[in-house]
Amino acid sequence: MTRSPLLAMRGIGKAFLGAPVLSEVDLTIERGEVHALVGENGAGKSTLMKILAGVHSADAGTVELDGRAVSFGHPLQAQHAGVASVFQEFNLLPELTVSENVHLGREPRRRGLIDRRAMTERTAEVLSDLGVEHLSPSAKAGSLSVAHQQITEIAKALSQGADLLCMDEPTASLADAEVELLYRLIGRLRERGVSVLYVSHRIREIFDLCDRITVLKDGRLVKCVDTTDITPDELVTAMVGRRIEAAFPDRLPGTETGEVRLRVRGGGNAWIDGIDLDVRAGEIVGLAGLQGSGRTEIAEAVFGIAPFTRGTIELDGGPVRITGPRKAIGAGIALVTEDRKAQGLALRQSVRANARMVLDANARVHSGRRLDRIPGLLSSLDLVSRGDDQEVRFLSGGNQQKVVVAKWLAAEPGVIVLDEPTRGIDVGAKHKLYSVIRSLAAEGLAVLLIASELIEVIGLADRIVVLHDGSIAGELPGGATEQDVMAYATGRRSAEAGPA
Amino acid sequence: MTRRLSPAALSSTTLSSTVLIYLALAGVLVIGGAAVATGGGNLFATANLVDMFTRTSLTGFLAIGMTLVILCRSLDLSVGYVAALSSLVAATTMDGDVGRIPLAIGAVLLVSGLIGGANGVFVTVLGVNPFIATLGTGLILKGYLDTEYKGPAGDVPAVFQQFGYTRIAFIPISTVVMLAVAAAAIWFLRSTRTGHHMYAVGGDLDVARMSGIRTGRVLIAAHVLCAMCAGVAGLLLAARFGTGSAEAYTNLYELDAIAAVVLGGTLLLGGKGGVAGTVAGVAILAVLDTVFNVMQIDPFAKDVLRGAVIIAAVAIYARRQLDRTARRPRFALEGRAS
Repeated sequence: MTRSPLLAMRGIGKAFLGAPVLSEVDLTIERGEVHALVGENGAGKSTLMKILAGVHSADAGTVELDGRAVSFGHPLQAQHAGVASVFQEFNLLPELTVSENVHLGREPRRRGLIDRRAMTERTAEVLSDLGVEHLSPSAKAGSLSVAHQQITEIAKALSQGADLLCMDEPTASLADAEVELLYRLIGRLRERGVSVLYVSHRIREIFDLCDRITVLKDGRLVKCVDTTDITPDELVTAMVGRRIEAAFPDRLPGTETGEVRLRVRGGGNAWIDGIDLDVRAGEIVGLAGLQGSGRTEIAEAVFGIAPFTRGTIELDGGPVRITGPRKAIGAGIALVTEDRKAQGLALRQSVRANARMVLDANARVHSGRRLDRIPGLLSSLDLVSRGDDQEVRFLSGGNQQKVVVAKWLAAEPGVIVLDEPTRGIDVGAKHKLYSVIRSLAAEGLAVLLIASELIEVIGLADRIVVLHDGSIAGELPGGATEQDVMAYATGRRSAEAGPA
Repeated sequence: MTRRLSPAALSSTTLSSTVLIYLALAGVLVIGGAAVATGGGNLFATANLVDMFTRTSLTGFLAIGMTLVILCRSLDLSVGYVAALSSLVAATTMDGDVGRIPLAIGAVLLVSGLIGGANGVFVTVLGVNPFIATLGTGLILKGYLDTEYKGPAGDVPAVFQQFGYTRIAFIPISTVVMLAVAAAAIWFLRSTRTGHHMYAVGGDLDVARMSGIRTGRVLIAAHVLCAMCAGVAGLLLAARFGTGSAEAYTNLYELDAIAAVVLGGTLLLGGKGGVAGTVAGVAILAVLDTVFNVMQIDPFAKDVLRGAVIIAAVAIYARRQLDRTARRPRFALEGRAS
């Protein structure tokens, strides 16, 4: 007898703006199974989960639930079919209570009016089913810890009668004790016959919790195995796989590694801790780590957006206090942010206005000579536009990024931090940026490069600093293998000479 | 045991900010009373109490409705014009005939409800920013009133004028009616799905939609109810003047109503607050006005003081709100960026 699995996704394909994100991916989940979906950043895990949750619709392939073909055009349809999802950003209303959140849109009624007593009682039942009696149904969601907010979401999913619960990086923001609670909770779900899709790249958790593992890489299915049939090392190798060597430009002749330009000692704030970092003139230092590991937080601390509250920063040997972006700009630091459209550009302004923006806004870096250099800078970056008056929102992603880079180079910084500089841009622009980064180093800038694409960090950086959970897990030379980087990034290996 | 404790916990958390506002009201009464006393007067003399309570009713009706739209993260700038139009509809429909009072009330609620419905449709279906949509509605009504009614119109029978003037001891009937409407609104927000969902719609539209709430309907309902409250305010205007008055809109009642709602602790960004706080906000404004009146403070200084009080109150709320957002987990940002 073959009983159909709870979920069978076959041949799933999805492209965003012509760029394929998933192609021919299969995923099957049995009843009561905890199934891991793993892969590197950008492997397509989240996209696959969002297709299942009805947030995105697939371009190709079929989804069967309980043997019946389904197609979700809206998250509500997925919920009604028994597929509930807990995303990294929670869908809770902070001003409402736990029980109001759990029943939102489905409030029990008596004689047409909301039956608050039934609402509280049912919530308490679900919570005690989950073994979290200490969470009060009448607590405001906004006052809860992240773990309890997550439990509230899970309770919401269960009270809708979900057969399949999808969780995206559920432990990304949990403390260790809270992770234990989540483990127990998943155990309870399994006992009740609820299936769980566990999206994660934390190797240890996957081996602790999951029955089977589906590995994705570059939007394709690598394999689906029983957890007992694979070792952690084999899993990492499967996630990383073998790649076609990307062509990265070589270090430019004449690039000399000089004095330390940026030095952080014991840097920390609410999100990161114990950061020791040196970036020398002419050096490209890569920051690697999983999403949420604190890469962007280091960039934001160095640039003063969310400053370090502990530790010291030195620039060119002298101590500085970076309390805000204006201080950072004045001190010669530049930051190309990861969100180009929201943080990097004034989209409805012209190329010229954007390229001048840093100089115009900061008297400490403003000068006529620097303004005069801007047209030359833009052309040296091979900017393609219909003139300097064109609004930047009409440019391609790659050309937009060139404008962002130009606006920072105009200020002639000594330290430049690049956070995901090649996100969402075409191959040609990527390669142009790679050679720009090389030439910045040759000019004696200190470059701090953050990229989710490990291959970029490995291909460009002279040294790679790997983060895990807000701290430095280890340091590797440029050209290290992806396996080595992932070993630190997933927390399976930690620095032998780790910083305090 | 824990379940027994929870309702108490609920009321203590939801009350805390409301309690704070009523404490502020008590503070204003004490300080105002003391200020009046130093000038040799008595703030709590009957005449002054009557003045105070009378001031609450008109702003009260408008502010109760305004609370609903603001909870939904919307706004209604047309309520002053709706009230003026409603006073005309009431007075001309009654036309001195006692028997036509019920018809007039029905007509006012219908007209104001339709205007509110139009506002709601502009905001939800057409996607016009509520500030602009209701400003536009207000201007259209103003144009109509200015061209069609050069002076007072209609005639309100004496019986209905009682609504404007009768008192039980020092409490005017209109204030009692306003408090009854407030109680109904509190019940509506707490016990009906539509009312409860207003918090969700204002709190986070996406979350509300993802939870299966028909957000458009909820918003339109809020706008209809808000405009109907303005209609009731128009009935009160007609009762007080004995006639319909287009000029009433010049008093900028909508701004008083918004000020009262914000003073009452309802977040302009929606999703938090309630009618109980709004009533306190209305009362605070009324006490201030009475105090200024008794102390014969000149009109300019009076407006300056009112403005200062409102800004100070909102600055305090903003500070409380900042702490709250700082505690939100940061990972939401990271997730959104990917």
